[in-house]
Amino acid sequence: MAIVLTTAHVRAIEDHARATYPEECCGFLIGEPGEPKRVREVRRATNVVAEDRARRYVIDPKELLGVDRGLAGSGRDLLGFYHSHPDHPARPSEFDLENAAWPGYSYVILSIVGRSPNDLRSWLLDRDGRRVETETLSITQE
Amino acid sequence: MGRVKLIIPTPLRQYVGDRDAIELTAEDVRGAIGALVAEYGQLRRHLFNDQGNLRNFVNVYVNEEDIRYLQKESTPVRDGDTISIVPSIAGGSLSALDLLAAKRKDGLSPQEIKRYSRHLILPDVGMAGQIRLKNASVLIVGAGGLGNPLGQYLAAAGVGRIGVVDFDVIDLTNLQRQVMYSTQDVGRPKLDVLKERLHAINPNVDVQTYATRLTSENALGILREYDVVIDGTDNFPTRYLVNDASVLLGKPNVYGSIFRFEGQASVFWASKGPCYRCLYAEPPPPGLVPSCAEGGVLGVLPGIVGSVQAIEALKILLGKGDTLVGRLLVFDAMRMKFRELKLRKNPDCPMCGTHPTIKELIDYEEFCGLRGPNEQVGEEFQITVDELRSKVQDDGHVVLLDVREPLEWEIAHLDDAVLMPVAQVPSRVNELSTADEIVVYCKSGIRSARITNFLREIGFRKVKNLVGGIDEWAERIDPEMAKY
Repeated sequence: MAIVLTTAHVRAIEDHARATYPEECCGFLIGEPGEPKRVREVRRATNVVAEDRARRYVIDPKELLGVDRGLAGSGRDLLGFYHSHPDHPARPSEFDLENAAWPGYSYVILSIVGRSPNDLRSWLLDRDGRRVETETLSITQE
Repeated sequence: MGRVKLIIPTPLRQYVGDRDAIELTAEDVRGAIGALVAEYGQLRRHLFNDQGNLRNFVNVYVNEEDIRYLQKESTPVRDGDTISIVPSIAGGSLSALDLLAAKRKDGLSPQEIKRYSRHLILPDVGMAGQIRLKNASVLIVGAGGLGNPLGQYLAAAGVGRIGVVDFDVIDLTNLQRQVMYSTQDVGRPKLDVLKERLHAINPNVDVQTYATRLTSENALGILREYDVVIDGTDNFPTRYLVNDASVLLGKPNVYGSIFRFEGQASVFWASKGPCYRCLYAEPPPPGLVPSCAEGGVLGVLPGIVGSVQAIEALKILLGKGDTLVGRLLVFDAMRMKFRELKLRKNPDCPMCGTHPTIKELIDYEEFCGLRGPNEQVGEEFQITVDELRSKVQDDGHVVLLDVREPLEWEIAHLDDAVLMPVAQVPSRVNELSTADEIVVYCKSGIRSARITNFLREIGFRKVKNLVGGIDEWAERIDPEMAKY
């Protein structure tokens, strides 16, 4: 399993994470499904969580529904989500596993330490929805 | 019954032959999803838990509405409705393990390690020292000029628990030296603002506030909860109270005081050296040592003295270095000199000597003479600002005696008043006539009360004290008058 982003996508995620630091940011990864998945667009989502915004994010299901519907018939799909971990490693937390556990979606996590992007990784839940595994993340120039 | 379209989210399409929507006929949401999983069995465990309820990270919408706000799974559906299964997307960076690490007192979380890195590489602090600070507690008495830098530096340094005692609200005159408060904070309780600021500096610090005056009744209960007590007050009753309570509880008391251009600091710790009473067994007579409100203070001075106190507190908590136990540090800002006086433990000290005579807290207001007869003026020798105004308007035959200092006089004074600072009154008393009606005033009515009593004792009968002083006059009678 692999997911391909361009440097521009990575920069867009980093900019978003810097803008919300020290709070978490989150957003959508949109593109062509398949092997590998090709991201064509990263789109910011609003973090609607009320409390503990430095350590939590929630995407409004309605916003998600809107994005999903907007993509219908476009040949593009929602491939997954990105979010930032301010001052924490780019690995999923227990909370991520309990609350964002959808097999098939890619979960890209950017670790941002003191406003500087630190590490970027992508994670997948296995088909049983029990274990999380890393997904190969390639970054291309165009 | 209705023919509805069920939208399948991307991750689940693999279980329905890669289709993004399924059309089916159902009565309500439960029926529709039931029909879906009946046909595509693998979906069941993704949508339902073992009890057969929808999983908490599955949202279901009928058209534009979340079914939680409709009739949940019993929400009826009609021809042409769209049912969407929407994954709940949420998460966060802090795992339960991380949370535990941050709360644990025997180690530092990765964030804490980064935050305190300049301490951690310091030979006398290091990991062990920083963990000591995390487990330590400090009580700051007073959220004023000294309390500001104290709170700021101790919170930044990672002292785990900081208590602050204060009952004041922020006044415009505080801002010249109490630099954690802003202009827009005027009128707010100091504790509320300080707590906000300290949490902004370091959210890991537990800030506990006591919105009360420290009294003989509550002092032991409050001080007992802390490792180190820091005196940031500017009045003698509280200073003696903090000293005595610290001695009784065996706590180190980090002392600091400021006046005009001079500051003092020391550590009073009875088990290792002298206490405040070894230095000053009794307070000076009231009025002899003016307060900062009366004598002024350079705004930067509390920054220096408070910082010295903060350093001493950290050294005590770390158990490192030579503290100011047995030494009085005197800082003169005008000459820019630090001097040091040796302090010896007084074996006859009533508090910490070999045979202490004070074994419990006393009435410190009385001890400091503040309830003494000097400031008490009989009702018949008092005059209110309203009465004074009528008197001045009616006949004007009244001598207004201003007993403040010349610098205070320059800021504001009453028309036709005579300036005679407190200290000059005994030698200039011949300038006054016992035949005149005299009204004595100062800033707030305390100094003038003493002078009123003094004049009465030497034979003046027609002398009265202006209640509330020129402050009250400015407040009630002449709003144009400058206040200070």
